[in-house]
Amino acid sequence: MLANSSLLKIIFGRLTLDAFPIHEPILVATFIVVALGGTAVVGAITYFRLWGYLWREWFTSVDHKRIGVMYMVLGIVMLLRGFADALMMRMQQAVAFGGSEGYLPAHHYDQIFTAHGVIMIFFVAMPFVTGLMNFVVPLQIGARDVSFPFLNNFSFWMTVGGGVLVMMSLFVGEFARVGWLAYPPLSGIAYSPDVGMDYYIWGLQVAGVGTTLSGINLVATIVKMRAPGMTMMKMPVFTWTALCTNVLIVAAFPVLTAVLALLSLDRYVGTNFFTNDFGGNPMMYVNLIWIWGHPEVYILILPVFGVFSEVTSTFSGKRLFGYTSMVYATVVITILSYLVWLHHFFTMGSGASVNSFFGITTMIISIPTGAKMFNWLLTMYRGRIRFELPMMWTLAFMLTFIIGGMTGVMLAVPPADFVLHNSLFLVAHFHNVIIGGVVFGSFAGISYWFPKAFGFKLAPFWGKMSFWFWVVGFYFAFMPLYVMGLMGVTRRLHHFDDPSLQIWTVIAAFGALLILCGILSFLIQIYVSIRDREALRDVTGDPWNGRTLEWSTSSPPPVYNFAFTPVVHDNDAWWDMKQRGYERPLQGFKAIHMPSNTGVGVVLAGLSVCFGFAMIWYMWWLAALSFAGLLAVAIGHTFNYKRDFDLPVDAVVQSEGERTRLLARV
Amino acid sequence: MNTRITIAQDSAEVPVFYLVDEHEHAEGASTPLGFWIYLMSDCLIFAVLFAIFGVLGGNYAAGPSPKDLFDLPLVAVNTSMLLLSSITYGFAMLTLEKGRIGATQIWLAVTALFGLAFVGIELSEFAHMIHEGATPQRSAFLSSFFTLVGTHGLHVSFGLVWMVTLMVQVAQHGLIEANRRRLMCLSMFWHFLDVIWIGVFTFVYLMGMLR
Repeated sequence: MLANSSLLKIIFGRLTLDAFPIHEPILVATFIVVALGGTAVVGAITYFRLWGYLWREWFTSVDHKRIGVMYMVLGIVMLLRGFADALMMRMQQAVAFGGSEGYLPAHHYDQIFTAHGVIMIFFVAMPFVTGLMNFVVPLQIGARDVSFPFLNNFSFWMTVGGGVLVMMSLFVGEFARVGWLAYPPLSGIAYSPDVGMDYYIWGLQVAGVGTTLSGINLVATIVKMRAPGMTMMKMPVFTWTALCTNVLIVAAFPVLTAVLALLSLDRYVGTNFFTNDFGGNPMMYVNLIWIWGHPEVYILILPVFGVFSEVTSTFSGKRLFGYTSMVYATVVITILSYLVWLHHFFTMGSGASVNSFFGITTMIISIPTGAKMFNWLLTMYRGRIRFELPMMWTLAFMLTFIIGGMTGVMLAVPPADFVLHNSLFLVAHFHNVIIGGVVFGSFAGISYWFPKAFGFKLAPFWGKMSFWFWVVGFYFAFMPLYVMGLMGVTRRLHHFDDPSLQIWTVIAAFGALLILCGILSFLIQIYVSIRDREALRDVTGDPWNGRTLEWSTSSPPPVYNFAFTPVVHDNDAWWDMKQRGYERPLQGFKAIHMPSNTGVGVVLAGLSVCFGFAMIWYMWWLAALSFAGLLAVAIGHTFNYKRDFDLPVDAVVQSEGERTRLLARV
Repeated sequence: MNTRITIAQDSAEVPVFYLVDEHEHAEGASTPLGFWIYLMSDCLIFAVLFAIFGVLGGNYAAGPSPKDLFDLPLVAVNTSMLLLSSITYGFAMLTLEKGRIGATQIWLAVTALFGLAFVGIELSEFAHMIHEGATPQRSAFLSSFFTLVGTHGLHVSFGLVWMVTLMVQVAQHGLIEANRRRLMCLSMFWHFLDVIWIGVFTFVYLMGMLR
């Protein structure tokens, strides 16, 4: 018996049957729903015999457009999970007053707010902005793909791999109960000995590899692959913001990787970086994680600033006002984002001088951001504004983000921060800028570029429903949190004693339900649009009368994007082409050199998930095995020298001929 | 340059909006830049480890200090191993330019041997320290010491695996363009590790002895 159990321990590490939460009805119900949903999806794919198609055309694709779309799908799926967490928290806080403990045990509630933060930042917001950049940037700069197409596919699957690990924690073991940034010593082995923290660490490490590599890829792409004539100051603003974002990714994510590695060493090896004794210093962790964390929020917001710039200029029918100042504002924000990290912990006790420095740098960021606001306003000024869905999201953003920006400046004042620190005011502030900025921007981007990706527009009615539910729901959900925060209510509370506060949490819960309607409307919008795609079809490739190069090719673009590399003379290259009598070439096509699809990225990411899972559960043999597998596959891949092929001229002639035929119908 | 880039002179004439003759995007043209950016991101990981050492390096927790542990002559030998390996990699790149496969392979092998010697000496140094009770768990100083120096050593070890892989590939395919590019990347990686080591030698060993 004893020998048997030690053998089991060697094989399964600390994974036992107790790790499966069969005693928690909420999790069992969730599992049943997820299992049924998953079975339905797998069954449908099998029934329609789509596995081969998905594998060949999507999973192994190195086409930046397909990878971009897959990032968006990942973001939407994870949004549902992250939002389910949000809804559960809002329900708990709406009922847990006075004698009632609510329906969630504290142990579970703490996992939910941690998972909500981690998922929303790493697996919703990041995939959304990375997906948009992946899809749009090569098209905007007139390139055929990114610099390193295989790396792009690999990066995507690593992001998925991280998401898989985080989702696994729902049903095998549990997730961390430490808040989304996992401060030690709470996240150290002494206070979090269970697997939750390890799921957190390995989920983020696996996804982080993908994010860093995709950052390197897009910087190289923007620097090296621009069409002839497109100087830096002729790049579209979205490409500029993408460049700055990816510079930030490359300069910030290694810090996250390093600090999480050090935390892992503390947890696995027993080192003393962030412990309370033997000379460790937990505040080092807090500093380092925010040296990554603050640039991270700009990684999320800068690309959507780019989206709003494109949308405002297109739907106002005008050149963007103040292009140069927009570019400089973006660059200044990029630099300043590295000089403000300490404002996340003014209360640490760094002293008045240090706090003043970081308070002032923080306030200075509002200047370039304000300049951007004025640029958008003045772009709209005397423009012929079309209130299509992307433009509606942009206006909602401008109104909402200003409130979030102003509360941000309030928090930047150290004395005020001593009062507001760790309160619901802070929670309201960052949801205000992330929902009002990143989420609204992602929806603007999705509705703006959807017709480019699929060749038909999104149905406007359900989009508008989604818009109004989201915007109104946001205000209902978060304005009460500002009020409670000003009254001194702290964040992450599982239970309230003062019944007079209940009205505010009930209002917030109502807001969350409105947002739920917004998300459902968005899903309905996608369904309805696919159903009515023939009516919504756009054959021109330029449904909005666009200004940048992505609108010059067909929708969806051919795999090679452009049959002939465009030559750029102006900021708004496609607008310039339309104004000056560009005629689409109809002959002289040549064979095009293209990268081949490969399944290696999927395999490597799968092995990484195995490795992470083994490390989480202390199955050392599996960890060693999957690590050896990773090395073997990676090295084996380098022995393959034939990674590309020539797309024959016939194929180019055929797809260009198809476009000619469609254009003739207009 | 056979590209026909004309900047529009006036609007009377339609300017060139696309390239008729495809300009060749030389394969792997972005690789040196991409690899540079990767190296810079790796450099940031070391920057974090240096910062950690800077802050925690004096926290001995009543345990051993650098003066009790470091054997500077041994570290000097070790440093010269790594610096010599950088020189020999330079020789490998020179012979690569001349297209001499055999000489390139020999210099790569010499480089790998120096690298192996470096890793070996480092491991024996670690073993000695651990044997004396100066384990990574003993104090924050030792945690940050082992992590910083060990991460560098791990990089050198990966470099060695990479070097052997490339030697096999050069043997298979010769000094084709793809292999030249790969050897160039490894060269950057190898010299980069040298630069990091100079930082380690200075800030950890030399200045540690002065603490």
